Amino acid sequence: MPEIQFREALNQAMCEEMDRDPDVFLIGEEVAEYDGAYKVSQGMLARFGPMRVVDSPISEAGFAGLGVGAAMVGMRPIVEFMTFSFSLVAFDQVVNNAPKMRYMSGGQFKVPIVFRGISGAGQQLAATHSWTVDALYTHVPGLKVVVPTTPYEAKGLLKTAIRDDDPVVFLENEAMYGNRGEVPAEEYLLPFGKADIKREGFHCTIVAWGHGCLTALAAAEQLHKDHGIEVEIIDPRSLRPLDIDTIAESVKKTGCCVTVEEGYPTCGMGAEITAQVQEKCFDDLDHHIIRVGSLDVPMPYSKVLLNHVVPGAQRVAEAVKQAIYFQR
Amino acid sequence: MITLVEQSQKVEPSPAQMMDWYRQMALIRQFELRCAQSYQQQKIGGFCHLYVGQEAVAVGSIAAVRPTDYIITAYRDHGHAIARGMDCQSLLAELYGKASGCSHGKGGSMHFFDREKNFFGGHAIVAGHVPLAVGLGWAIKYRKEDRVVLCYFGDGAMNQGAFHEALNLAGLFKLPVIFMVENNGYGMGTHVQRASAVAELKLRTGDAYGIPGKHVDGMDCLAMYEMTLAAAQYCRAGHGSLFIEVKTYRYRGHSMSDPQKYRTREEVAKYQEHDPIGRLEKLLRAKNLLDDAKVQAINNEIHAHVEEAHHQADMAPFPQTQDVWKDVYANPYGPYKS
Repeated sequence: MPEIQFREALNQAMCEEMDRDPDVFLIGEEVAEYDGAYKVSQGMLARFGPMRVVDSPISEAGFAGLGVGAAMVGMRPIVEFMTFSFSLVAFDQVVNNAPKMRYMSGGQFKVPIVFRGISGAGQQLAATHSWTVDALYTHVPGLKVVVPTTPYEAKGLLKTAIRDDDPVVFLENEAMYGNRGEVPAEEYLLPFGKADIKREGFHCTIVAWGHGCLTALAAAEQLHKDHGIEVEIIDPRSLRPLDIDTIAESVKKTGCCVTVEEGYPTCGMGAEITAQVQEKCFDDLDHHIIRVGSLDVPMPYSKVLLNHVVPGAQRVAEAVKQAIYFQR
Repeated sequence: MITLVEQSQKVEPSPAQMMDWYRQMALIRQFELRCAQSYQQQKIGGFCHLYVGQEAVAVGSIAAVRPTDYIITAYRDHGHAIARGMDCQSLLAELYGKASGCSHGKGGSMHFFDREKNFFGGHAIVAGHVPLAVGLGWAIKYRKEDRVVLCYFGDGAMNQGAFHEALNLAGLFKLPVIFMVENNGYGMGTHVQRASAVAELKLRTGDAYGIPGKHVDGMDCLAMYEMTLAAAQYCRAGHGSLFIEVKTYRYRGHSMSDPQKYRTREEVAKYQEHDPIGRLEKLLRAKNLLDDAKVQAINNEIHAHVEEAHHQADMAPFPQTQDVWKDVYANPYGPYKS
């Protein structure tokens, strides 16, 4: 199987879907002539031309809304936000126009649009530029929210997102674009709402996705080496729909659960997963569920402070030890 | 300098067309008066923004475009829906929250939709729909279709960011969109001069976005028709977008719960002297197309039609509570679905 970068996997997904369906187009800031701020759309302008790979001015509400309008007549726009921190100035388009059109029109209009781009704390960009928007968008009925962890998932899930008849928020992470992984040469799609067991274990369940999942995997490796603790890592892949059944099955086996996210704990994804897990596994839990997330403060600039706020492998490992009453 | 009406071929509307417009305007007015009554009877919930006084805008402009053209508007959408040919019964059913409503009871007054009739809503966030109009225009250009978009909004929308982002994109990409501001003088209770640094709205898009601005008397159905026809020709010819400032006036409050302390009775009465329906009626009388008996007959007929639609809508069943789960997604899913 060929090994490619995360960004190449996304590029392949978009190119394949654009070859397949003339209604698919990409619009965003610097996606065309600049070849993408993070080179995800590299070469696409040359291949598809300026009507299908469209440079937009810095105008998020404008081009996000353009995408929604075009989707209402059956086009399949891929709207790239340079970062989802900038999606906040297009919030009305993402949380009102895209996800509520089908409902408010009594099913007459569908909005098959993908909003994609990076989300997360990134490289010392301080508070306004460092949003992790997982929970923010997962809150909204009518949206689907997808977070790939590997290049394989990035490609398979993005292809599914582009073909989906509902609006999809597709969250990537800058720090992961260069990550390499095996991706099949032949075509494949990955479904939403189907979690992946990233690591099998029996002491404790960790629910983690995207960049947080890589942190959890590092923590799991450390716990295994240092203490022989075997954690099971469930990666939901999509936060809405959420595969709570696979998560619950694992928690019933391990008896404890830690959630890991890079967003904030208050009303965060961990809080939601915790609520759903206790509904299904109340009698199986040997310890309360522990949420690991960014500390509840605006994202600071200084590296020392930033690394303290965003959860690292050490914090995840400590949470697992607490959850299993580990005595050294 | 772009001159529109001069360039276009002036088409004198036929007597049948003008009679049709008269009927449509009278229908919108009676529909709205029925709404006011039903609102007071608490059959209509939420906000309800009446179109009384502005009828000529929707009727004259929609008459000038084709059924294949796209229409999108803001929350004061009853008039546009009727002018587009949507059925009064499905509109009243929507207002009464019934399953047979045009949006199946999910939208209400501010969210009328009709896919078949290329009516794209009914949008309640001020200016939030203007970028959607740009997307519709983008799709037309992308697919090389012979269509235009007619996008309505109020004067209040012109101070929102979404409006300006949308206009810039439309000007940049040269999209076939007619942006039509229905300047009725007030954004809710705030006069346009207290809201817009440049109160002459037609001046606000030309130099800024390369979209020529025109103005037209919105109390004159024929002028609306003529201007929109010319604008549609301009857009169809591939020149890009156009902006039209329509000077109009609403007789009723912003919504049903508006004490209207911001204007005088005299001001309203002054505009009512130029009533769009009365004006067309006068013209049709002069052409011997209408007389007292015909006016009476038409009004009786429309009244009966609206009352019948009201009666049917009132009798229609409410949605089933399990319908709340319908149309959230293409396929229902999730832990909290029914």
